[in-house]
Amino acid sequence: MATPRQQVVNEADPPSTMPYEPPPKDTSRCKLDVKDLNFYYGSFQALHNIGIDITRNKITAFIGPSGCGKSTFLRTMNRMNETVRNTRVEGKILLDGENVLDMDVTNVRRRVGMVFQKSNPFPKTIFDNVAYGLRVNGVRNQSVVAEAVEKSLERAALWTEVKDKLNKPASALSGGQQQRLCIARALAVEPEVLLLDEPCSALDPIATRKIEELLFEIKSLTTIVIVTHNMQQAARLADYTGFFLMGKLIEFGDTRKIFQNPSVKETEDYVTGRFG
Amino acid sequence: MVMAISPQRKFVNAVMLSLSGLCTVIVIGVLFFILGYLFFHGATSLNLHFFTNLPKPSGETGGGMANAIVGSFKVLLVATLIGVPIGFLAGVYLAEYSGKTFAFVLRYIVDLLNGVPSIVIGIVAYAVVVRPMKHYSALAGGVALGIMMIPIAVRTTEEFLRAIPNSLREGSLALGASKARTVFSVVVPAAISGLISGLMLNLARVAGETAPLLFTALGNMFWSRGWMEPIATLPVMIYNYAIAPEEDLHQQAWAAGFVLLALVLAINVTAKMIIMRGPAASRR
Amino acid sequence: MASSTYTARNPQLPIAGFYRRLKAFDELAYLVTLGSAVLILAVVGLIVFELWVSSQPTIKTFGWGFLTSSRWDPNSGHFGALPFIYGTCVTSFLALLIAVPFGVMASIFLAELAPPRLSNILTFLIELLAAVPSVIYGLIGIFVLLPLIRSYLVPVLTGAFGFLPLFQGDFYGVSFLSAGLVLSVMVVPFIISVSREVLLAVPVDQREAALALGTTKWETTWQIVIPNASVGIIGSIFLALARALGETMAVTMVIGNTPKISASLLAPGYSIAAVIANEFAEASGELYISSLIFLGLVLFGLTIVINALARILIITTTRRGA
Repeated sequence: MATPRQQVVNEADPPSTMPYEPPPKDTSRCKLDVKDLNFYYGSFQALHNIGIDITRNKITAFIGPSGCGKSTFLRTMNRMNETVRNTRVEGKILLDGENVLDMDVTNVRRRVGMVFQKSNPFPKTIFDNVAYGLRVNGVRNQSVVAEAVEKSLERAALWTEVKDKLNKPASALSGGQQQRLCIARALAVEPEVLLLDEPCSALDPIATRKIEELLFEIKSLTTIVIVTHNMQQAARLADYTGFFLMGKLIEFGDTRKIFQNPSVKETEDYVTGRFG
Repeated sequence: MVMAISPQRKFVNAVMLSLSGLCTVIVIGVLFFILGYLFFHGATSLNLHFFTNLPKPSGETGGGMANAIVGSFKVLLVATLIGVPIGFLAGVYLAEYSGKTFAFVLRYIVDLLNGVPSIVIGIVAYAVVVRPMKHYSALAGGVALGIMMIPIAVRTTEEFLRAIPNSLREGSLALGASKARTVFSVVVPAAISGLISGLMLNLARVAGETAPLLFTALGNMFWSRGWMEPIATLPVMIYNYAIAPEEDLHQQAWAAGFVLLALVLAINVTAKMIIMRGPAASRR
Repeated sequence: MASSTYTARNPQLPIAGFYRRLKAFDELAYLVTLGSAVLILAVVGLIVFELWVSSQPTIKTFGWGFLTSSRWDPNSGHFGALPFIYGTCVTSFLALLIAVPFGVMASIFLAELAPPRLSNILTFLIELLAAVPSVIYGLIGIFVLLPLIRSYLVPVLTGAFGFLPLFQGDFYGVSFLSAGLVLSVMVVPFIISVSREVLLAVPVDQREAALALGTTKWETTWQIVIPNASVGIIGSIFLALARALGETMAVTMVIGNTPKISASLLAPGYSIAAVIANEFAEASGELYISSLIFLGLVLFGLTIVINALARILIITTTRRGA
């Protein structure tokens, strides 16, 4: 399998005189366009003027030290932050041109899926876990559901392991399998964007590798945004990487460039391990 | 597959969530209705006679429930003297001394006792006190209510003693105090506010009990002497007057009901406020 | 303790006596507290014993047929428990039928929708409802609820559902229906209080997982949170049932105290607790009294079983309570 690095589309980076220069905007390739995003927990400003373009069918990674706001930013994209009281968001998040903040929130969340840091399968069978999103969204036909469940589990690289025990409880699976189940569950509703919040942080290296491989395979189906505290993971997986620090997006661009030739000093300090 | 948020789903969402709020409003509304109605009907029937006079037959003015107020107090006193020490000491045992299996059994039995209907406890008090003595008495009523006070006394004592951090006990033991000394001179005083509020909640609950008194303390239209005579109590008077046909007795029942409810709720709220600020607060 | 070994080696010192007494006090304290604990066990044993022994005359005379006989006629010495068991069951189930939907819905609001401060205040108030004495509920029941039911509810029920045997016959105010309604108000705080706790105990990540798939808040609550908490909610229902079964004063004030089994909810009836409350003080004759006591034993057994079930169900979901 080709390494992620070889899949990166070459684009000419314009010579940079600014702290960083975002890649040239090409709306046909831009899936999610975030403009001037500010986010507040009560009176505390957690995100400052974030502007970013997420390219469709690519993997974008956010890195940065703990508390830098990368998870917060991820959660604004499917408006999960609204489940917490006293939060406020300003700015625009355009999904194919439509502002996510103005859309019906349930619709947003169906189109922008999320996989969480700790796997959270429902106390149902494996089959019912994956089928849940479909059923809730009105898909009633048994055979359609069954087909979709099989397809999702295949894409999550879990089908061969569970195809004989679809009626067993999800809790019987190992940690890594449960996380892949959550990915399958998210994929079943055919999201246009899949957000992953440190999906491998609770898993062992082998389970982590399985998930990285499957992410790589499914990026052609959906657009992937992943938050990770593991720089090597970002370097392996991502086409584009954004570096966050203290609620600001310090630098964003081609992963190779971020890691090998960052434009901003803070980025360089972080990726070379001088802090964080 | 076309999947989208259908208007039907949004409609169901809005309706059901509103319904849940409506149900809450209704329940709270019932509470305020009861309080308000009692206040309105009861407070207006209340006068000084109520607190100072003995009951008078229907038709005569100036009847009161002085004997019932004192009677309730006397019966509750007996109940407290019986139920609280037993419950408190057993609670101390559970919190400080007991081993795991016995504690499990004891807690289960205490919980069982808590679930026994009050009328059944009345039957037992009848069998154990009234029948041998061959007459009704304040003592019998006190025994019945005392038995009812035991489970709550045990539970609150144990809970509040457990809330005291072990460091306090260790500090005392390290100074050479015996275990008993530590428990009774250090831990119990530290938990005293919780224990008192637990006692208040206990009293509030038992003060309103009517059923177990119906055939233990029975009732009395006059003053009762000592503890061995049948005695009037507030809840029983309310019951008797409420089911009587005469309207003026109903008025007095409302007045008594207002007094009883005001007392019970006042004690309840005070006790809960004390608990919410005490050392056990962090465990809730 | 160094000092105790010092005194042990020098028992003639006056201070040694002091330490001996101190240790004795320790023993004493232990024995006294243990004694209290044992005393409680003895009290419960006494309850069971007294109930059993005092029921014997009835058991010997009627056997277990007492429980299935519907004839209650103290004057001729015939005693049967069925009307009371029937009334207790009917009123309790009616109470649950009303209280459970209200209670669960309200607990959903309090656990999922209301901001924490509001939720706490409202729960505090609702728990005050549980502190209102039974006789006060009876008072309101007789003078407020009965007229309201007669004027507004019964016409609607007989108008819309009069063809059902449930709502036929004359209505005099006191009835199974009235008792069931009063009981429902009395037990709803228990359902709300416990259900709210079990709902709050469901981990946040379950809700997030569902929301992230594009479910509405109601769908998440109904399809994910409630099933997660279902065991505890059922426990709260059992708790409410146990409470309803033993309720005495409010029931006896509005049920009509008539030992008859009727299909109609509008008819007067009787419950176990109500008959004991009403007739015990005036009961004469060994058989009469022992029949009432046997009824008490039946009620005792019923509430024990249901309370035990409730405890098991609730403890497994919230991990609170001892």
